[in-house]
Amino acid sequence: MADFGDLELDAFRGEARAWLAANYPPELRDPEPRSDPDAEWGGRRFVGSDDPQCVWMRRMAERGWTAPTWPKAYRGGGLSTAEAQVLEEEMAAGAYRKPLYSFGLLMLGPALLEYASEAQKQEHLPRIVRGEIRWCQGYSEPGAGSDLAGLATRCEDKGDHWLINGSKIWTSYADKADWCFCLVRTDATAKHGGISFVLIDMASPGVETRPIPLISGESPFCETFFTDVKVPKENLVGRVNGGWEIAKRLLQYERMNISASFGGGGSVGGVSGDIAAIAKDYVGVDAEGRLADPDLRARITRNKMDFRALALTIERSEAESAAAGGPSAATSIIKYAAAAFAQERSELVVEAMGAQGLGWEGQDFSAQEIAAVRGWLRAKANSIEGGTSEINLNVVAKRVLGLPDPA
Amino acid sequence: MAVLTEEQTLLRDAARSWTRDRSPIGAFRRMRDSGAPLGYDPAVWREMGEMGWAGVMVPEAYGGSEADLFTMGLLLEETGRTLTASPLLATGLVAVGALLLGGSGDQQACWLPRIADGEIVATLAVDEGPHHVPENTAFKAVPHGSGWTLSGVKTFVLEGMAAHLFIVAARSAGQPGDRDGVSLFLVPAHDAGLSRRALRLADSRGAAIVTFDDVEVGPDALMGEAGKGFNLLDAILDRARAGLAAEMLGSAAQAFETTLEYLKTRTQFGRPIGTFQALQHRAAKMFTELELARSTVEAALRALDASDPDSALLASLAKAKTGEAYHLISNEMVQMHGGVGMTDAYDAGLYLKRARAAEATFGGPAFHRDRYARLQGY
Repeated sequence: MADFGDLELDAFRGEARAWLAANYPPELRDPEPRSDPDAEWGGRRFVGSDDPQCVWMRRMAERGWTAPTWPKAYRGGGLSTAEAQVLEEEMAAGAYRKPLYSFGLLMLGPALLEYASEAQKQEHLPRIVRGEIRWCQGYSEPGAGSDLAGLATRCEDKGDHWLINGSKIWTSYADKADWCFCLVRTDATAKHGGISFVLIDMASPGVETRPIPLISGESPFCETFFTDVKVPKENLVGRVNGGWEIAKRLLQYERMNISASFGGGGSVGGVSGDIAAIAKDYVGVDAEGRLADPDLRARITRNKMDFRALALTIERSEAESAAAGGPSAATSIIKYAAAAFAQERSELVVEAMGAQGLGWEGQDFSAQEIAAVRGWLRAKANSIEGGTSEINLNVVAKRVLGLPDPA
Repeated sequence: MAVLTEEQTLLRDAARSWTRDRSPIGAFRRMRDSGAPLGYDPAVWREMGEMGWAGVMVPEAYGGSEADLFTMGLLLEETGRTLTASPLLATGLVAVGALLLGGSGDQQACWLPRIADGEIVATLAVDEGPHHVPENTAFKAVPHGSGWTLSGVKTFVLEGMAAHLFIVAARSAGQPGDRDGVSLFLVPAHDAGLSRRALRLADSRGAAIVTFDDVEVGPDALMGEAGKGFNLLDAILDRARAGLAAEMLGSAAQAFETTLEYLKTRTQFGRPIGTFQALQHRAAKMFTELELARSTVEAALRALDASDPDSALLASLAKAKTGEAYHLISNEMVQMHGGVGMTDAYDAGLYLKRARAAEATFGGPAFHRDRYARLQGY
């Protein structure tokens, strides 16, 4: 039976390889293709666009391969885990760009599959698969950060619609998003039990967004204001006052994605590549070929070892979780460790580059140097977003180690 | 915990119940207090021999069960939990590994059955100074007739007082610091000119200083090719490092669990001290280091079993990360227990002392960081 399965997989691999090669837009083979950097996120403004990234996205979506394991009923690929793995391997082997990278795909979709009504799935999932809607996440508020369940954005039942008033903060790319999945308060008398999960069209009257300039000089996050925003009754997912469970599940997906993006020793928004090689360029080597600064060499090695240990832990937690049918204990430490190691890495890159690693802009600095300094600053958020490191440690202490609640 | 086969699970469970019943931490304490001259209790080692543990990695043809390094790692992790002192690592893993990697057919046939039977203790003698730097081997091997004359001092030799057979790294050519010119020899302990003295280290185990005063050995004592033994030695050491890391992982895991239990039961200010966030976060950080270390140990053992080209890198990673984790956890074990952690009557000190000795054996974290960097070309 195993042999038969292998044969089928081999056939699938051959088919996938040929299809990918035949359908990849040749323009994307260019190392710096003429493509809008926002195109891979999809969204209304790219529907029908002839940007090669959008062409690629549409072709892949036609087969459901933007969401390979989602059911075919919702326009997903309907692939088994093994087939999806093969597809991923073929994508990596051929150095194909991701057809679509979006919060709809990574966070909202899995939650809708689990909690949404059939009508909601039919309405939203196919549009996520096709990259037609760009989603943002409305979770944190000015008064509800680590204590997320303290959120206050009001959602009132007005009979034939919901009326929403309040504001969200740290909404990633809200200014570019078409829709928002949002946590709102439907009952002021119960903390966790008074929260609901609603889907809001950002084009609705009364929605306003304002990007927040960060210390890195970039503005990926926004403030989002809702003033008397009317939302159709059918846009509430799950039960009224049952949103906290969905919120927590979605945070798990978010943390998984944040962690996975650190596994290879890279740094989101920072400088990619081997940090030892970067350091060699700036610091030089001694007669034996060792990095000339022994102190920096030791600390770089420690960081590289940490990342290797983390990558091995991600692999192990995936294998154990699959075997046990639930998250392994190892999973709980990944986000905390990933944030700490990525921050340390970003510090080391700047240190290795010396004064060049402090360049903010202008002709005296290479693109890599500017990415290093901005990545270093951006990385400070690694231990804040998606649950602070302190909250991560609380969760490990309580849920994994079984330590009693503080008084 | 890795995904195990049914066979591995059975063996692991058997090891866990044996250590609990026959070799709990109290047994180690009794051995230490009795001043046992070998640094382990021979009755305990005999029982391990009867269970076939000495020969776990020995081929079936020589009376062993031909299991892989990963399986041996499971045993070492369990014995590490209770600080069980025995030649399991030095003999069952390191010496067997050396014979399998570098021994001739005759050498294997001569020694492996006796190891598998639990009849002899064999060990690797490599270090010559306070730090582990294998390429600095200065111990002399000079051709003599058809054989060799060996002279020099080996220190920090595991189970050196009990060993019947030493696997000795010697320099037959070149200068200390050269990789070329290192040769490995099999030397029976009863050979004329060999003497030894127990090294009384903080961890109360069976380390020794062994002096070779013009010990004459025949041509059949040489393992592999004369002067070309460094890569073999490194390969043997990588197995030793990964195996010791597995033992240290078990010790660190137990030290952590004992401490965690104390946090849940010790009451101050009218509540368990484990309710204090200052301690909770430190416990969660220890757990993080432990989980990272576990991944590296399992990966190193599996890579060595598969002769993966990354084996050396992963062995250094495992030894360094596990050394750091055990270092941290053993320190925190004392601190979180407060005054009682400082008392000899409590077990924290036993884990702390073993942590540092094991950390230094076959290279500490600094050695392995340097090696990791060299292997990656910087």
